[in-house]
Amino acid sequence: MKINNLGYLLKEGIRGIFLHGFMSFAAVIVTVACLLIVGSFSILVYNVNIMVDELNQTSEVLAFVDDTLTYAEAQTIETKIRQIENVYEANLVSREQALKDFIADHEGEAAFAGLESDVLRHRVVVVLEDNTKMEETVGEIRLISGVEDISAAYELAEGFTTLQRVLQFVSIGVIIVLLLVSLLIISNTVKLAMYDRKDEIAIMKMVGATNGFIRLPFVVEGFTLGMVGAALAFGLEWLMYDLLVARIQAMDTLNLFNLVAFQELLLPMILTFCSAGLFVGIVGSWTSIRKFMNV
Amino acid sequence: MIEFTNVTKSYSVGTKALRGVSMQIEDGEFAFLVGPSGSGKSTIIKLITGELKPTSGSVHVNGYSLERIRKREIPYLRRTVGVVFQDFRLIDNKTVYDNVAFAMRVVGTGTREIRSRVPYVLNLVGLEHKSRRHPGELSGGEQQRLAIARALVNNPSTIIADEPTGNLDPARSLEIMTLLQEINNLGTTMLVVTHEQNLVEQFANRVITINDGLISSDRMDGHYDYED
Ligand SMILES: Nc1ncnc2c1ncn2[C@@H]1O[C@H](COP(=O)(O)OP(=O)(O)O)[C@@H](O)[C@H]1O
Ligand SMILES: [Mg+2]
Repeated sequence: MKINNLGYLLKEGIRGIFLHGFMSFAAVIVTVACLLIVGSFSILVYNVNIMVDELNQTSEVLAFVDDTLTYAEAQTIETKIRQIENVYEANLVSREQALKDFIADHEGEAAFAGLESDVLRHRVVVVLEDNTKMEETVGEIRLISGVEDISAAYELAEGFTTLQRVLQFVSIGVIIVLLLVSLLIISNTVKLAMYDRKDEIAIMKMVGATNGFIRLPFVVEGFTLGMVGAALAFGLEWLMYDLLVARIQAMDTLNLFNLVAFQELLLPMILTFCSAGLFVGIVGSWTSIRKFMNV
Repeated sequence: MIEFTNVTKSYSVGTKALRGVSMQIEDGEFAFLVGPSGSGKSTIIKLITGELKPTSGSVHVNGYSLERIRKREIPYLRRTVGVVFQDFRLIDNKTVYDNVAFAMRVVGTGTREIRSRVPYVLNLVGLEHKSRRHPGELSGGEQQRLAIARALVNNPSTIIADEPTGNLDPARSLEIMTLLQEINNLGTTMLVVTHEQNLVEQFANRVITINDGLISSDRMDGHYDYED
């Protein structure tokens, strides 16, 4: 392709955007809206996933060792627990270490300063592979002699896992549906713009323009619309997210929500928005022009 | 050269538009194609431009065999055949100049060549003073001259016109026919479909008459062979 043709194609593509100002405006708005919804949903899911993961990691099982057993005897219990199938990790924590951790967690609280380690028991901290089988595994640990007591939060663990699963399931569904809907809407918008120019296309064919040449300005047009939409959506998403985070952090004095900063998501977000914009712009224009291409 | 050999064309609905047409138009010739409405004239033109494929028989146009042409060759065939229609088919939001330049750009011609060629053809059709106007500001005759300039600009060896004067008054029609005759005198093969008997008679060119999908007469003396 000659340079002056390239210039022509770019010029025609951009000219088309202004020539069909309303259609272009509509296509961009639709792109922005769909990308914003998909983007917001992705960020939400990402954050909730991180929070659930964090919470889930804290839902460990504690197996308290009989008071009368020595540290060495407690170690054999640790080994036995480790052999249970669903156990991912089992670590014996001595009563002295447990006390240190406890005091460290409650630093500066004088009430605990004089605490003796023999008020606590040796304990094995157990992390499970699959928290949904917590009840079964706890039953097995209970059977080991020397295990006196077990603390486990079944409902909490199960609740988190279920929540995470439902969320993943729903979010994948919603994102797929939204992407399909936006592709459909954009493809139709571009199709209307093409329909608007069907006479021009007919003339191009009449004077002997190749199909590739006829298609290109429209692909340039679709590409540009998609990218403009993606850029706008990206900027808006950033703005909205930062506002939201500031708002939540101002209210959330307990630090319940630990939201990821947008900067951390920058690269994946740019990639997602650009590829979605590209995909929607190019696929949208390509599919709609195909029907005008039959000789 | 345009050559039809035993060409039939049936539309999918079942209409037999052409029922065995054979004719030959040599390079540089001027031929009128006449016949009643529905006799198959536009079908012949669509076969020449590759818009339709013959049902049987062979169509040769400027070195291309239309019965077996590949889709991607069709644009190159069309660059050898300029087409003019009754309804002009101009782009209303482009200027006169750009309507003509557009036809050159979309076949990949460079800007420098466009700049020298467009004024030349606009001058040829007498529109050099209106190059900045839009088609909507032109009379019907001027619009058709613009369409002829566009058909001509890529220097095709053949021009075919499907009822080019159908929307014009008699004086404008004569102007357009005269212009086509002048272009033919410069060497371009000309095939003109028309209904206008008196025009055909004024030019004393070859007249091919088609009736109900068959050629009923082919005379060199400018005479019609049917009554509307
Ligand atoms: N696309 C089509 N589908 C079905 N029949 C058609 C189509 N185009 C033309 N015909 C029929 O073919 C015949 C020839 O049409 P056409 O070539 O347009 O005639 P003319 O140009 O001489 O008026 C007519 O009977 C017409 O109705
Ligand atoms: Mg016709």
